[in-house]
Amino acid sequence: MQQIINFLLRNKNFLLFLLLLFLSIIFTVQSHSYHKSKFISSTNFLGGGLYGWKHSINVYFGLKSHNQRLLEENERLRNQLSLLIDKDSSNSKYIDTLSFHKPYTFIRGKVYKNDYSKIDNYILINKGEKDSIIPDMGVITDKGIIGIVENTTANYSRVISILNSNSKINAGLKKSNQYGSLTWNGKDPNIVQLETVPRQALLKVGDTIITNGRSTIFPKGIGIGTILNYELDQNQNYYLIDVRLFNDMTDIGFVYAIKGNDKKEIQILENGNE
Amino acid sequence: MNKDALVQISRFMILVLVQVLVLNHINFLGYLNPYIYIIFILLAPITINRSLFLVLSFVLGLAIDMFGDSGGVHAAASVTIAYIRPIILRSAFGLSYEFQTVKLSNVSFGERLIYVTLMIFIHHIILFSLEVFNFSHILLIAKKTLFSSLFTIVITMLTLVLFRKSDS
Repeated sequence: MQQIINFLLRNKNFLLFLLLLFLSIIFTVQSHSYHKSKFISSTNFLGGGLYGWKHSINVYFGLKSHNQRLLEENERLRNQLSLLIDKDSSNSKYIDTLSFHKPYTFIRGKVYKNDYSKIDNYILINKGEKDSIIPDMGVITDKGIIGIVENTTANYSRVISILNSNSKINAGLKKSNQYGSLTWNGKDPNIVQLETVPRQALLKVGDTIITNGRSTIFPKGIGIGTILNYELDQNQNYYLIDVRLFNDMTDIGFVYAIKGNDKKEIQILENGNE
Repeated sequence: MNKDALVQISRFMILVLVQVLVLNHINFLGYLNPYIYIIFILLAPITINRSLFLVLSFVLGLAIDMFGDSGGVHAAASVTIAYIRPIILRSAFGLSYEFQTVKLSNVSFGERLIYVTLMIFIHHIILFSLEVFNFSHILLIAKKTLFSSLFTIVITMLTLVLFRKSDS
């Protein structure tokens, strides 16, 4: 017994080192598996507060470009609205003013922290559970998708950026219904990869890639990017496509989180089929 | 609380803040960031209690991890260089370390450069291996380690010269 205690005392620094190293490796492994990195995250009041303070200074430097983007988005939405109004008046269908059901609700938020230089990047936004944000909600900007909510606290939430090796999002072609999954190889923050698109798809450089609505996270038709180049994989079965994003991932600014109101209904239906 | 402890604590806080608010967002050439928070580990007094030093380094790394959402990679790298610091000190400064008379402000430039380079290089190898976490990307790890190390070494040496305590 005496010897064991002596051994422990003699090697206490080494044992402490091993313990701390073990702890940090556990945190690292957790952070590499999807939906498990809850411990060490910037969504707590300290991280969120500090980044909020920094944001309140930095936001002034981007006002001009953000205003420009909002104007462009307003212009586009107004054009779409005018189309809708035309349609409604031409065929006299009745307008439902009693129920307020809509399939998706959009919640605006500001980006407090945005990474793009690592392999696994995360985005911190200033809306959390108090604003009814829950994990697995999609996040977009005016131009296209940027990620999926992973972790929320009362006031903040952390978004898995599409620039993350754990991120896999369903995406497809705009002109046909073929689809694949969107991943990132860690190289260029403005180029992502679309995998497992069947070789029957007809591709052209410059074609638009959009979300295809197969999952309940993103509605169909949200823009992602355009095809930069493509090639067949080794087995000649699937295309590997480089996609240039519409978003400049290094300058996001403001985002909208998407709440799918029909999510539960769809999930019940899908589980019942199995 | 004596003056020395106060200096260490304020250095700890300032380095974390500078790292998190400024240096993590430099992204020079798209992906290069200097990690100068390890100056705290470089400059810690040689006579410091080793257990305390290990725990402090762990907390330092964990703080950077928390703000950077990087799991535990900085903590692992910091703890490792804190543990092997005596070996590096001995190989860099030789006899003067044995007599516990080393002061980083009054050793020759060459010795200081060797010490800083060794520490930063080991730190960055561990950091990027764990961050990428995939040995099929070994070239990416090597590239990131090499260039980030160079960047960090230059910034660290400049910082050490700039904030050198005046010899009393």
